[in-house]
Amino acid sequence: MKETTDFYASSSDDVTEGAVYTAMGGGDWADIAAEQAERGDETLVINMGPQHPSTHGVLRLMVEVDGETVTSIRPGIGFLHTGIEKNMEYRSWTQGTTFVTRMDYVAPIFNEVAYCLSVERLLGIEDKIPQRANDIRVLMMELCRIASHLVAVGTGGMEIGALTVMTIGFREREMILDFFEATTGLRMNHAYIRPGGVANDLPETGIAQLRDLINWLEKHLPEYAAFCNENPIFKGRMCGIGYQDLSACFALGVTGPILRSTGYGWDLRKQQPYCGYENYDFDVVTWDTSDAYGRFRVRLDEMWESLKIVKQCADRLEASTGEPVMIDDPKIAWPAQLAVGPDGQGNSHEHIKHIMGESMEALIHHFKLVTEGFRVPAGQAYVPIESPKGELACHIVSDGGTRPYRAHMRDPGFNHLQSVPIQCEGGMLADIVVAIGSLDPVMGGVDR
Amino acid sequence: MSDNDALIPEAGTGPAAQSAPVRQGMWGKGSGDTSGYNGLRRSVDWPAAAVAPYGSWFDEALTRLSSLVADPFYKVVVDHGELTVYVARERVLEVMQALRDDAFLRFEFCASVSGVHYPDEVGSELHVVYHLQSMTHNRRIRIETTCPDADPHVPSVVAVYPAADWHERETWDMFGIQFDGHPFLTRILMPDDWVGHPQRKDYPLGGIPIEFKGTVVPPVDSRRSY
Repeated sequence: MKETTDFYASSSDDVTEGAVYTAMGGGDWADIAAEQAERGDETLVINMGPQHPSTHGVLRLMVEVDGETVTSIRPGIGFLHTGIEKNMEYRSWTQGTTFVTRMDYVAPIFNEVAYCLSVERLLGIEDKIPQRANDIRVLMMELCRIASHLVAVGTGGMEIGALTVMTIGFREREMILDFFEATTGLRMNHAYIRPGGVANDLPETGIAQLRDLINWLEKHLPEYAAFCNENPIFKGRMCGIGYQDLSACFALGVTGPILRSTGYGWDLRKQQPYCGYENYDFDVVTWDTSDAYGRFRVRLDEMWESLKIVKQCADRLEASTGEPVMIDDPKIAWPAQLAVGPDGQGNSHEHIKHIMGESMEALIHHFKLVTEGFRVPAGQAYVPIESPKGELACHIVSDGGTRPYRAHMRDPGFNHLQSVPIQCEGGMLADIVVAIGSLDPVMGGVDR
Repeated sequence: MSDNDALIPEAGTGPAAQSAPVRQGMWGKGSGDTSGYNGLRRSVDWPAAAVAPYGSWFDEALTRLSSLVADPFYKVVVDHGELTVYVARERVLEVMQALRDDAFLRFEFCASVSGVHYPDEVGSELHVVYHLQSMTHNRRIRIETTCPDADPHVPSVVAVYPAADWHERETWDMFGIQFDGHPFLTRILMPDDWVGHPQRKDYPLGGIPIEFKGTVVPPVDSRRSY
């Protein structure tokens, strides 16, 4: 064990007080541990991530431990910052959808819906969105919620050794992504929800595939409860871990399953309905333990509630086959009625024939709308929706042009990571992973 | 860059008119005019200030706020059913405290804090936008405060809403607004040694031309804008 100068440390003394250990010249963990044991009263500062496998992406945690007890923990974020908000200021309103979908990539549909709802509010067309478009949005959101919760439950299980929960979780998610692929052309990064409606209607086989998917989920979702709910190891790792009560949730801006695990049934789908959620029959799930186990149970039950909504969507969509999925306003609606082609990209041959061979005006209209885009009246809007993680909102400012003047996404994970210290300090080192997993942050959304 | 072109005001509409860059010639090079004649001028019609009665629950809440804090706001905008209250930065802390603690207001939840940069609004270029939520009354309110570019200081609301901690750090990081009283105002998304504040309008997007066979597509911030 060598004690050397850390070239990367700050020069001020208060930061690098005490001995600094670096990997220079090798060393052995046994030596470090032995030396620490001799010092006795010293705490150890360790850096976890940003490349740690159980930090859900590139989250960095600076942990100070006394033995195995966490005395201080500070999350560091920004490793996945891609400047999406800045980039959106240089693209048209429609192109904005392709950017926001890349934020929280585990629940891409929700980003798109939050963005499109805020653009639609500024356009003043909230009431003119066709019923079928709203039903498709709800369907896609609820399937996406199940997929997102499956990732949360699955990776959370994997991190405490319950590998099967992960493998079956991704098996079910794959079925959902197959449906997304058939509908939008892509498994993620869909850019499917557009201002004014959705990009294209369900494929011809869509309803049949949806029914299969519902049957599959109905058969397999109970497996998670059977595996986990009363599993003594699972409960031993989850119960009482990551405790955060209601007042702490309010103070730190925490929403979603974490808030509902404190027993408070706050769900924007019920409280401030959007996309017609008031017309669906479902319940808000709560739990009363305020811990990681409670959040797991909330997510588990929410998947059932989502499936309930999906079934209602399937019936409605079957009844409304053939109705429009885009607003009836040629100044906003995308000119072509696209369909997902074999290449996953989708062209409308009829539309191409029309603009290239039949109508010069249609060609001009297409060209103007696709390259220039539509204008959005000046003003600002903030539309929150209930994403699987919590309140996801888009703050949009328009100066009346064809591009957003400013777009800001309020991502729930960004707030939730603030509560890492309150959940982990005083606990065990190994429980950090459980607490982070129960927060379900997705760094793409956190860092944007 | 080209984003600001949309903001070119009517000729001679005040100090902002002189500050806006003059552009002439054909399109391209960042001109907002695609007519080819450079004759188009567009003024920005921001939603006008509302006058009482504001409708809905707004009057009741704002009257209550006025009875708790002296002269709490200088402008109110009601647009698309959303209430925006403009508060002078000296009053922000008082107003926030009242909004949170009063039983008739009870905005106990600060959802989001972010910034917007309006380079043409001389004297109040930087705006800070707070989105508050009352779960008790199921209401939302937007508080907006401004500060000049030359003196980018706004009091921190972390003591009232701990949730604002990271949001204010992000706003500092992206816009260079300093939140006085914040416990640890450091960069959060950009690297610690980054120079500049990327989401300001005077900060270029950057980018390189994309070369295709036989043609070059310019970087996105120098493409034509409308």
